[in-house]
Amino acid sequence: MTSGTQIAPTPVAPIIPRKLGRRRRVHKLGWNLLGLLVLAVMVFPVYWMVATAFKPGQQILSYTPHWIPRPPTLSNFRDAINQPFFWDAVRNSLIVVTTVVALSVVLAFLASLALAKFHFYGRKAFIVLILGVQMVPLAALIIPLYIMMSRLGQVDKLTGVIAMYLTFVLPFTVWTMRGFLLGIPKELEEAAMVDGATRFGAFVRVLLPLVGPGLVATSIFAFIQAWNEFLIAYVFLHTPEKQTLMVWLASFTTLRGTNWGPLMAGATLCALPVVFFFLLVQRRIAFGLTAGAVRG
Amino acid sequence: MTSAAESEFPLASRRRRRFTRQRIGHAAAPYALLAPTAIAIGVILGYPLYLLVKMSFEKYGLFELIRHKGRWVGTANYAHILHDGQFWHVLLRTIVFTVVNVTLTMVLGTAIALLLLQVSRWLRVALTTGLVLVWSVPVIVAVDIWRWMVDYEFGVLNWTLTKLHIGNFIRHDWFANPWTGFAVITALIVWGAIPFVTITVYASLAQVPQELLEAAAIDGAKPLAVFREVTLPLLTPILVILTSLSIIWDFQVFQQIWVILDFRPTSDYYTMAIYAFHQSFQISEYGLGAAIAVVMVLFMFLATLVYLRQMLRTGEVQ
Repeated sequence: MTSGTQIAPTPVAPIIPRKLGRRRRVHKLGWNLLGLLVLAVMVFPVYWMVATAFKPGQQILSYTPHWIPRPPTLSNFRDAINQPFFWDAVRNSLIVVTTVVALSVVLAFLASLALAKFHFYGRKAFIVLILGVQMVPLAALIIPLYIMMSRLGQVDKLTGVIAMYLTFVLPFTVWTMRGFLLGIPKELEEAAMVDGATRFGAFVRVLLPLVGPGLVATSIFAFIQAWNEFLIAYVFLHTPEKQTLMVWLASFTTLRGTNWGPLMAGATLCALPVVFFFLLVQRRIAFGLTAGAVRG
Repeated sequence: MTSAAESEFPLASRRRRRFTRQRIGHAAAPYALLAPTAIAIGVILGYPLYLLVKMSFEKYGLFELIRHKGRWVGTANYAHILHDGQFWHVLLRTIVFTVVNVTLTMVLGTAIALLLLQVSRWLRVALTTGLVLVWSVPVIVAVDIWRWMVDYEFGVLNWTLTKLHIGNFIRHDWFANPWTGFAVITALIVWGAIPFVTITVYASLAQVPQELLEAAAIDGAKPLAVFREVTLPLLTPILVILTSLSIIWDFQVFQQIWVILDFRPTSDYYTMAIYAFHQSFQISEYGLGAAIAVVMVLFMFLATLVYLRQMLRTGEVQ
């Protein structure tokens, strides 16, 4: 199945005349050195987080940096998970994320079915609405949202946060699902119906298995968004027992100042699921990404 | 035959009725499928947007918060912020910040995408993987990493700069001065934003037909001219989309500044989003905060229009 979801193939290098070969090679070496420098600069911060997380305390609080943790230790990770409210935060994040993913995938699937498989009045307007609505700044909306949620008694409640996350991931998930559905040729469905299947039967037997990858990608996108969100969780969840992991991580400071080792260990733990899922869908990254929303 | 002719009329009408009912059902289906999403967006995005505008014309303090009802004051909030020197400072600071960040993100992101075309295959794979890794780092995690790297005592940046003889950075506090503080924040944001730009631009670069480039080269065009005359025009749509998205993201910057400065940035670090947040949640002037937020939305509306127009033009919306 080619649904145009993978990153486009790398361009073929033009055939180089032999005469130019040597100069080209020198050129290439220069470009490669520059590329290595860029790679080092980009990846270093991530490396530094992981390296610090595995370092014993005296190697962290040292005026000359230790580039490699020697010997690597797990004590920072132990300290991080023994911080107050870590497990509360894990539980809350899991509750929020699973609910948001489940609901958003169902709703997005229904909506994208309408957008991809039906022609109806107002379809284009709805697509423009979905694209435009993502551009409304959350930092501005947070004020009326707080007023509205306090009227509804949803401040400091996970349900309120779930409802807001659901709405904020919906435009993007609808957009992504729609792209996947558009990638499935109409002929497949029609062939099933010619063979005697009902529209519903064709849907269940033909369409559903084919949108499987789309459902997976969409739910991972929703997962990442809900897992990473900070502002809403920070404004709406006051009691420490109700905070999510990102709020827990952001307020990770002790009375004696920042404890860098456990903080970096905690940061590594919080980033791990996202990095894992992100790399999993990386083939599909080039797909639909200009529709906004997904940024680290 | 006659019986068939007799019964033709009722049969036809029955069939027609069933047909129309089916058609109505068919016509209603997409709306029914869209309804849950539309309701969610209407309640949690649409209504607050309306409430925001309404509140910006109201006195909305603690008293009103408890009473759940604002008091209409006309354009007083707008008059107040427009005569407030700090508002203009914050607006200017946010605009400069956005211009610097978007320019750096776009230029560096595109440059790295072009670099990807030049390097060896193994390095291209390594670079793309590294970029995806950076892209996947959650914002709050990224903020903590950078806070640690620029730590005044044990930060790796101060040590490196001192070793490279760029100056004496021992125990240099980057956040004591808002200019260097914003430099760190800019580095953090640009670092986090480059992967998205690079990978998107690279994906469309790879779709530039090789024959076009070769034809231009055979016609004697220099590499720079090929880039300007062939590659750049083909990239323009995606660059417009990426630039408008970056403007929207950077103009509303909040969490990076908020968290890197330990939840209490001094007023030297206020951007529009932080100023609106401060007015509403810290000194409980929700009406004033709403007015500032409305100005912010209006500024970003322009970038949104450019984005939507380009998306419609590119044919992404079918």
